[in-house]
Amino acid sequence: MTSATLTSGATLGSQRVSEDVRYHEDAIRLFVIAAVFWGVVGFLAGTFIALQLAFPALNLGLEWTSFGRLRPVHTSAVIFAFGGNVLLATSLYSVQRTCRQHLFGGEGLAKFIFWNYNVFIVLAALSYVLGFTQGKEYAEPEWILDLYLTVVWVLYAVQFIGTVMTRRESHIYVANWFFMAFILTVAILHIGNNVNVPVSLFGMKSYTYVSGVQSAMVQWWYGHNAVGFFLTAGFLGIMYYFVPKRAERPVYSYRLSIVHFWTLIFLYIWAGPHHLHYTSLPDWAQTLGMTFSIMLWMPSWGGMINGIMTLSGAWDKLRTDPVLRFLVTSVAFYGMSTFEGPLMSVKPVNALSHYTDWTVGHVHSGALGWVAFISFGAIYYLVPVLWKRSQLYSLRLVSYHFWTATIGIVLYITAMWVSGIMQGLMWRAYDNLGFLQYSFVETVAAMHPFYVIRAMGGVLFVTGALIMVYNLWRTAKGDVRIEKPYVTTPHKATVGAA
Amino acid sequence: MAQDKKGFSHDLIERNTLLLIVLVLITVSIGGLVQIVPLFTIESTIEKVEGVRPYSPLELAGQNIYFREGCYNCHSQQIRPFRDEVERYGHYSLAAESMYDHPFQWGSKRTGPDLARVGGKYSNDWQVAHLVNPRAVVPESIMPTYGWMKDRPLSYGDIADHLKTLKIVGVPYTDEQIANAKADLEAQKNPDGDTAGLTKRYPKAVVANFTGSKTVTEMDALVAYLQVLGTMVDFTKYQSKQLQQ
Repeated sequence: MTSATLTSGATLGSQRVSEDVRYHEDAIRLFVIAAVFWGVVGFLAGTFIALQLAFPALNLGLEWTSFGRLRPVHTSAVIFAFGGNVLLATSLYSVQRTCRQHLFGGEGLAKFIFWNYNVFIVLAALSYVLGFTQGKEYAEPEWILDLYLTVVWVLYAVQFIGTVMTRRESHIYVANWFFMAFILTVAILHIGNNVNVPVSLFGMKSYTYVSGVQSAMVQWWYGHNAVGFFLTAGFLGIMYYFVPKRAERPVYSYRLSIVHFWTLIFLYIWAGPHHLHYTSLPDWAQTLGMTFSIMLWMPSWGGMINGIMTLSGAWDKLRTDPVLRFLVTSVAFYGMSTFEGPLMSVKPVNALSHYTDWTVGHVHSGALGWVAFISFGAIYYLVPVLWKRSQLYSLRLVSYHFWTATIGIVLYITAMWVSGIMQGLMWRAYDNLGFLQYSFVETVAAMHPFYVIRAMGGVLFVTGALIMVYNLWRTAKGDVRIEKPYVTTPHKATVGAA
Repeated sequence: MAQDKKGFSHDLIERNTLLLIVLVLITVSIGGLVQIVPLFTIESTIEKVEGVRPYSPLELAGQNIYFREGCYNCHSQQIRPFRDEVERYGHYSLAAESMYDHPFQWGSKRTGPDLARVGGKYSNDWQVAHLVNPRAVVPESIMPTYGWMKDRPLSYGDIADHLKTLKIVGVPYTDEQIANAKADLEAQKNPDGDTAGLTKRYPKAVVANFTGSKTVTEMDALVAYLQVLGTMVDFTKYQSKQLQQ
């Protein structure tokens, strides 16, 4: 397959009004609405718990509103609710176009998946607030909810893979490789990490089958690959479809796509132990985790280059199309956080960064900069298409969203760099007499200004999302804002050269 | 395919969904298998040390409250073999010390201090006062208040079922421990009662009326759990490795 065939999947898709295929879009619209809703909920929850760390009175003294119970609500809302609905929307949208086939199982199955996935999310969030949790980060839902999610996920796999298997294109497009790896691996991770024995069949409480050091390894095999497959492979599927579509350019390199895909999914799985450096996990496992984390830098940047260079010959669009700006900036953030990650997995660096806010900042440069930005780009692309509008209500508002959110991210991650590195250094500081220089709580007090700045970053990010909600609402209504249009300044020379 | 015809062509995978699925499954399985399986088979993974015992029923109930409140979101239970950590928190953590934790509570963030060896570091009264209002004893603290927990009766009617479940997943609770689970739980809260059976079954268990209440409260359980953390191993009999930093 040459780049020309790749392009056919990427650029002709929705324009190609096929005589015999009617794409299913009702469920996709629902997923998009849910994604936007959960995005706002998740960002608000994050901002609230960020404020709790700056002003502990906001824990309100109630059992349901303490940081410990709300933090899983935030993480699940942004990862599984926002990210999950974005992935469901984009994957089920693009798979139809790249396979020139409507959804296997039809609109009914897609809607069934929609309602059950979102009911699962509501139940999970409620269960955390009420105090039901397995006690594992990003895998908090108790056994009965895990079973529920497993059923929903299998149906999603059937629908997606079924569509690929009944495709009318000869080749499976690269975005679908990534989506398939994401769906399959998340299923393995979810089942593997949730082998539990319930105390009673009529109660929520269960105990994990494995314990101690083994449960640590299994949890971070899961936890790191929730990042690697849910938040990376899945969203790379979005990149490989939506960036070429929006830029109206073919994917930069077909060969790089192949190398990117196989090396990424092979190497990611090994990286989990870098969350367990210097712990009671045996050294051989830590060393493997570090080694593969460093190697992971290469496929990550290969993917970044493939995404960004897809703009070859269309760089001018970054000035005139803020939606494309979201998509491309997300790939740049992907490059940044996938450089920072391997750096932090090096044991001596990790000795400083681990347990501090540096990790939190790193996660958010990926989550806000990469995952959320590419989601915003895809949503801005999808809404006019799905609601049959010729254009967005306002491109200027997209640009305001972009800059508000970008400033928010910069505030967030710089505050966390400073507070994280500062706290790490304070923990290990000795005075002239050879005593530890700071008590623990002195290091907590020193964090306060940075927690305030971080929360301000969160407020900006939420504000940007609300601008998006307004813009999308008006777009769906069919309104068009009267505003100064983005003018393409002619740079024929560069266009021609590419 | 634009590539040369000789040898393997990726084209084949792109045309065959099942082949793609199988290759993906193989590719993503290798790393996990290599890293996880040996942890169950290599004997040196968990050190042979004396003193680590299953949690007493009250401590176990306390650990379940620790899970429930998401304490692991802000507190680690894993001391790294660094000079500053060992001086601040105590001996670095051993794998054996968490072998009965289903799941592990090593944590990933220290918004608050590490708790791996918090047992015995503060008095019971301090722990209760701190949980009720952390800022009353540590003014700069940003921890939530847990005053509501102090008077809430602990629900422990099914505590024996918890021990039985843990036995299924490998915690060596004896039949005697399971049969006495409820009585042991109540005994640990009552220093005036007969605690001989309890302390024989669970050496080093801290027996106290932690909150001073008549009934067993959730905070009694949580403090009993906190007070045993990191106290089980006798380090005089353990050959420590050199600190790494």
